Amino acid sequence: MRYAHNAQTRGITFPAAEFQSNSLQHINVKLLLKDAENIDLDAVIPVFHSWIQGQVCEELLLDVADYRHVHGGPGIVLIGHEADYSLDHTDNRWGVRYNRKTAVDGDNQNCLEQAARAALIACGRLQQDARLKLHFKDDEIEIFVNDRLLAPNRKETREALTPELQAFSERLFGGSDCSLSFDGDPRRLFRVFLKAPRAFTVDELLDNLAS
Amino acid sequence: MKASNILWKEKLAGQIGQTIAENLSREIDAFETDITLRKQGKLDERLFAETRLRRGAYGQRYDNGQRSDGQKVQRLNFPSGELTKGPNTMWDAPGMQRIKIPAGGLNAAQLETMAELAEEYSDGIAHVTTRQDFQLHYVQIDDTPSLMRRLAAASITTREACGNSIRNVTACPYAGVCQDETFDVTPHARALSRFLLGHPDCQNFGRKFKPAFSGCAQHACGLTSMHDLGLIAAKRTNAETGQEELGFEMYVGGGLGAVPYQAKLFDAFVPPEDLLPLAQAIARVFARHGEKKNRNRARIKFLIQDLGIEKFRELVREERKILPFDPRWTEYIKEAQAEFAEAPLKPSGELPSLVAIESLNGNSDNFKKWIKFNTRPQKQPGYVTVTVALPLGDITANQLRSLSDIVRRFTKETVRTTVEQNIVIRWVSSSDVRELYSALQTVGLGDPGAGALVDITSCPGTDTCKLGISSSRGLASELRKRVGEKSFQQDAAVQNLHIKISGCFNSCGQHHVADLGFYGVSRKIAGYAVPHFQVVLGGEWERNASSYGLPVVAVPSKNIPQVVTRLTDRYVAGRKTGETFKEFTKRLGKAELKTMLEDLTKPPANDRSFFSDWGDPREYTLGDMGVGECAGEVVSSIEFGLASAERELFEAQLALEKGEVEQAGSKAYQAMLNAAKALVEIEYPDISSDPGQIVSEFRRLYYDTQKFFDPFAGGKFANYLFDAHGKAGRSYTEESSRYLIDEAQLFIDAAHSCYNRLGTLVTV
Repeated sequence: MRYAHNAQTRGITFPAAEFQSNSLQHINVKLLLKDAENIDLDAVIPVFHSWIQGQVCEELLLDVADYRHVHGGPGIVLIGHEADYSLDHTDNRWGVRYNRKTAVDGDNQNCLEQAARAALIACGRLQQDARLKLHFKDDEIEIFVNDRLLAPNRKETREALTPELQAFSERLFGGSDCSLSFDGDPRRLFRVFLKAPRAFTVDELLDNLAS
Repeated sequence: MKASNILWKEKLAGQIGQTIAENLSREIDAFETDITLRKQGKLDERLFAETRLRRGAYGQRYDNGQRSDGQKVQRLNFPSGELTKGPNTMWDAPGMQRIKIPAGGLNAAQLETMAELAEEYSDGIAHVTTRQDFQLHYVQIDDTPSLMRRLAAASITTREACGNSIRNVTACPYAGVCQDETFDVTPHARALSRFLLGHPDCQNFGRKFKPAFSGCAQHACGLTSMHDLGLIAAKRTNAETGQEELGFEMYVGGGLGAVPYQAKLFDAFVPPEDLLPLAQAIARVFARHGEKKNRNRARIKFLIQDLGIEKFRELVREERKILPFDPRWTEYIKEAQAEFAEAPLKPSGELPSLVAIESLNGNSDNFKKWIKFNTRPQKQPGYVTVTVALPLGDITANQLRSLSDIVRRFTKETVRTTVEQNIVIRWVSSSDVRELYSALQTVGLGDPGAGALVDITSCPGTDTCKLGISSSRGLASELRKRVGEKSFQQDAAVQNLHIKISGCFNSCGQHHVADLGFYGVSRKIAGYAVPHFQVVLGGEWERNASSYGLPVVAVPSKNIPQVVTRLTDRYVAGRKTGETFKEFTKRLGKAELKTMLEDLTKPPANDRSFFSDWGDPREYTLGDMGVGECAGEVVSSIEFGLASAERELFEAQLALEKGEVEQAGSKAYQAMLNAAKALVEIEYPDISSDPGQIVSEFRRLYYDTQKFFDPFAGGKFANYLFDAHGKAGRSYTEESSRYLIDEAQLFIDAAHSCYNRLGTLVTV
């Protein structure tokens, strides 16, 4: 039951007045794959379709889109109403990405936790699927905020959010001293790279979030 | 829904009247109000559907709330429940946003905007269409006003990108730089686009209307023969003055669809100053005489077929004579000429020598291929155009940003989208070609083969389209893999063939004008539906898509790659010297071609893979097809007028709640005027927006005739308008505004009743 539904986040409406700059909504979490060049990506498509058949995620799952024909693109996307899951190839780095589309209730830590948990649960499912042989880099996570108005990618945002992100990474990596680095291109989405000093399993990370 | 939606309006407010045109801003505000009204159940779903379509917000597959998952039909339980955004179209279901790019012209900042929107509102992909538009998929309807505002800030509109309206005005992407053109058609295309956008004479069509421009008759780029209105640059010598004059050959009534029509010559020479008024006159005739009830016969091609071109021409000429003069007919062309004049960033140069190409360690072959297929000398010596070949028309957000950097670095941001779903960079100095290639290649945009066999065009098909029967993108993707590198080793005659694929007979993939065209059909085999493609051979892409292909036989989707191999091999082996593929297929004839493919029409026994489509492991079904929105709902301008009255009144109420009594009173009065104008337009389509004229005509047409009279209240509600008009200009108090809002509501209700009583008698 580790990968069971968590918070009831579907369809939450968030009062507009509460939004301010640096609100962490529309969080994306990406966990990178090991040995990505050896993965049979064709096998991912039926797996995502089976997720729709079982509606296995907390989000309403709708369809599968295959963008492997574009270079460094979104890869294979499982389209959902509240969020998309993908085997993402942005920046030519394959990884499992969770893209939260609807607003999530709670503070920034809740929003980060919700997205990280959903991404980790998806990773766990994919690792356990016998049709695939996926393994994740266990010491590195990328976090994006897919909303330029809430989190413009500039120095002020980075400074304002660093304490929040540090607190979250400490929690996620069980108190380990993690390094944070940022993508500095102001045209791109706000993005932080979290790097832990040692490897963690998906289950460990989920346990850390639960504790 | 995006959390930042409410903030975008605020953030961009300061740009209204500067980078954001005021009329576009008002349009988007109105659309946002319509969204609110629809959610409150105050706007009919049919009317809202056409409203959103006219703003480019289109439906997508599964938006009826059902989807086959391969085992069963799932009901998609969206959070907004039964709320709809059109008949049988669930509110929360993701949709497609079409974005008009007149003549395909873009600058670097617009590419960056497209990147941001693709990332934040879609799935990270922007898609170039076969009509030079961009499309974003999986967009939420609640996000569209923000998306539209951000586009408006970049001087892009989605207005009339779908629905029964004037669609994107397309033009040859080489206009202005092509060696063979008569003259640059770009300013005329831009002027026509601007003039017809939202024009009152273009709001009452039974179906869409697509204009296209070409700078020459011999190439394909403009595809004017398959358009509702096709314009080809022409030149003549004035018999009296002996001077050379520029103008247009004007064609009307072309179109693809299930049964393709070639456009007919309307006028061999239209002077530039008569282009816009003539187009306006055509729009008026189409609006007045075109079919409204049967959408299958509502395109202008059917009207012309029914009337005959002579009669149609006569009607248009009569209409042209009575058009009130509009200074924009010439002003817009002059403005576009000044605004879109292009110039190079760098000095002219020379293409790299063969020696220089060979020195590209291990990469020379690709570069040579790229030079051959993707570059084209301009008429301006020392400059080339470079075509960026986009696989299936798709480009990522990061690639769009990189492309914007590249076009800033090498050009003055002179970029056009193409009907082959690619992007052309113009005004590249020939000496920069190698560096430009390297820059493109770094970001995965340096594929060779633009316009070649491997550069396959495809509509969205079953991936996202409600009407899709077979997976056109799935097939295109598979063919790209199989044809890919191999195509460059093949005979030169094969390298330049065109493959175009549509997911159904509606021809969005333009299969009729391809050498090898395919459109989706289904067949039942052993009790199971099997995805197929009808093979259409020998269409002519050149000469503005001058002739259409011959449907030969339907073949299961999974056998189509073999069809391509077999046909191209036979062509290489059996063609006569200089024989085109069109001539070759014509010589062979349908019977021979069919025989040649006969064994491929049946799936092999016991091969279950034929019961699913390319790229989709689910068992194939037609159950996911929906009702198309291509034609939208036929909603008359009167209904739109009444809806605008409701919207204005809604805003009046909001203003009153905020204590803005002046605003509330004037909006309530305006709401009555809008409703009265809508009714007046039934008999007097050219009514102006002048309140005095509206009230006077309303009195003449509806009050004096008692047509507006309520069976019980008589002329009472009309008097509310007359009173309000009489008091216009005076100050409103809170009390008088409140009374006026109540009266306006009663007046609008009476206008609806009046329209309903007239309904069966009105044809608009």
